[in-house]
Amino acid sequence: MGKIIQRATAGTLESSDVLVTLEPAQEGLEIELNSVVQNQFGAAILETVQEVLKELDVQDARISIVDRGALDCVIRARVETAVLRGEGEC
Amino acid sequence: MNGKVVKSLREAIELSGLKSGMSVSFHHHLRNGDYTLNMVMDEIAALGIKDLTLNASSIFDTHAPLEEHIQNHVVRKINTNYMSAGLGHRISEGLMEEPVDFRTHGGRPRDISLGITPIDVAFIAAPAADCAGNCSGKVGPSACGSLGYAFPDAMYAKKVVVITDNLMPYPLRGWSIPEIYVDYVVEVDAIGNPQGIVSGTTKITRDPVGLIMAETAVKVIQHSGLLKDGFSFQTGAGGASLAAAQFLKEIMVRDKIRGSFASGGITGYLVDMLNAGCFESLMDVQCFDLKAVESIRTNPAHQEISAMQYASPAAASAVVDKLDVVILGATEIDTNFNVNVHTDSNGYIMGGSGGHSDTAAGAKLSMIIAPLFRARLPIVTDRVSCISTPGRDIDVLVTQRGVAVNPKNQELMQRLKDGGLPVVDINELKEIAERITGKPQKKTRAGRTVANVIYRDGNVIDTIKSV
Repeated sequence: MGKIIQRATAGTLESSDVLVTLEPAQEGLEIELNSVVQNQFGAAILETVQEVLKELDVQDARISIVDRGALDCVIRARVETAVLRGEGEC
Repeated sequence: MNGKVVKSLREAIELSGLKSGMSVSFHHHLRNGDYTLNMVMDEIAALGIKDLTLNASSIFDTHAPLEEHIQNHVVRKINTNYMSAGLGHRISEGLMEEPVDFRTHGGRPRDISLGITPIDVAFIAAPAADCAGNCSGKVGPSACGSLGYAFPDAMYAKKVVVITDNLMPYPLRGWSIPEIYVDYVVEVDAIGNPQGIVSGTTKITRDPVGLIMAETAVKVIQHSGLLKDGFSFQTGAGGASLAAAQFLKEIMVRDKIRGSFASGGITGYLVDMLNAGCFESLMDVQCFDLKAVESIRTNPAHQEISAMQYASPAAASAVVDKLDVVILGATEIDTNFNVNVHTDSNGYIMGGSGGHSDTAAGAKLSMIIAPLFRARLPIVTDRVSCISTPGRDIDVLVTQRGVAVNPKNQELMQRLKDGGLPVVDINELKEIAERITGKPQKKTRAGRTVANVIYRDGNVIDTIKSV
């Protein structure tokens, strides 16, 4: 479950959106965050990303988050979509 | 008789007697298309003059070469009313030893006229001038319309240099600034790039959130009791503000309301209102687009005003004090209605008051239009990171999710409630926004002072810290 088998992306670089890129990795989670609201919401974004990955049981992946000020619900949706694509589910 | 025309900028600078430690000034009607400030500062640097105070009514990204002049100690101090993000970021990072002094469009002429910020040499970019220095912004390849902000410089500087790319036969017709103030005239190839002189931002919003705010703003004006014959109005050039002007025009035309004037930076939308009979006159301190430039050149009802007449608290009277309604923007507003237009959410300088606090102080109804949040950043905070305009001068905040009235204006609050407008407490707007965005982490304001924000009465109202 939650095995990332291919590189996948979800989202855009439009204002108020987020671009999530996921790649297979050998061991563990490696999250890279770049956000226009880093100072205000950096910690909250990382928390959300980790939460969604846990829900979807993703244990090994390299994830890049380029955030343009997306709301929490948008971040959740984009991460989930990227994971499903990375698993080859959609 | 032609003694004022000199062959080069260098000659004009030398003749002006400019020396290290003195003060030079510029006006900003050529906006981001301006060539003159860089041209003059490069020449001054080449002459080895240092430690200058630069008094510029606004500084745009096109003035990026200033950074080098600051590093080389050609410029030691900056007085301005607005600074865009380019140099603003560098100032915030601690580029200058001395803090920048931010004033307002009214405070600058006040302090020049009172001798608080004396100017040794003023450089006036003139789209048209004659050999005696009579000059105008209304004609020429670099036409910018009004020269309003240059008046105090011309009147109070010890020496005045007019720089033009359009030397006309004497006497120039329809001059704005008369020869009596001008010492030298220099002809150059171009004073600016017309593409950058007129703003590209003066377009009505198509964003549904912006349109809802604009509709609500006009309802607030309708129910304020001020919208009747003699009505006076000012609005910025932001997308939602322009949409509000458009909706207001429809109502004024429909109900045959004849206003007295609209003022400030003038856009084509206000010209349309003038031509539709909504106002008797436009009082123009700066043109924002070509339609405004064309109008001020051809329509006598479209009048040029100086920065003093526009907003100076030291003038015997000023236009802003006759305003009924002003619509303004905000990067942040706090629960005490203080407004920030100087810094971005990370504390970097990216703007300035311009006429914000002047019009807010003068108008009977000062309205802020702002969305509840931009991207993920809530607009309503507990305390703005920089106070540009004090909350006591703001009457109402219009957002897409409700209208917050400053409790000091109970009459307006009652009128808007009676009119069926969605009046909510400003604290509630803050909570609504934070429920959607989450609560942002507050950065502590540390670091040294990189800028003072000087209110129009001359008092420091806030300071901006390094980032």
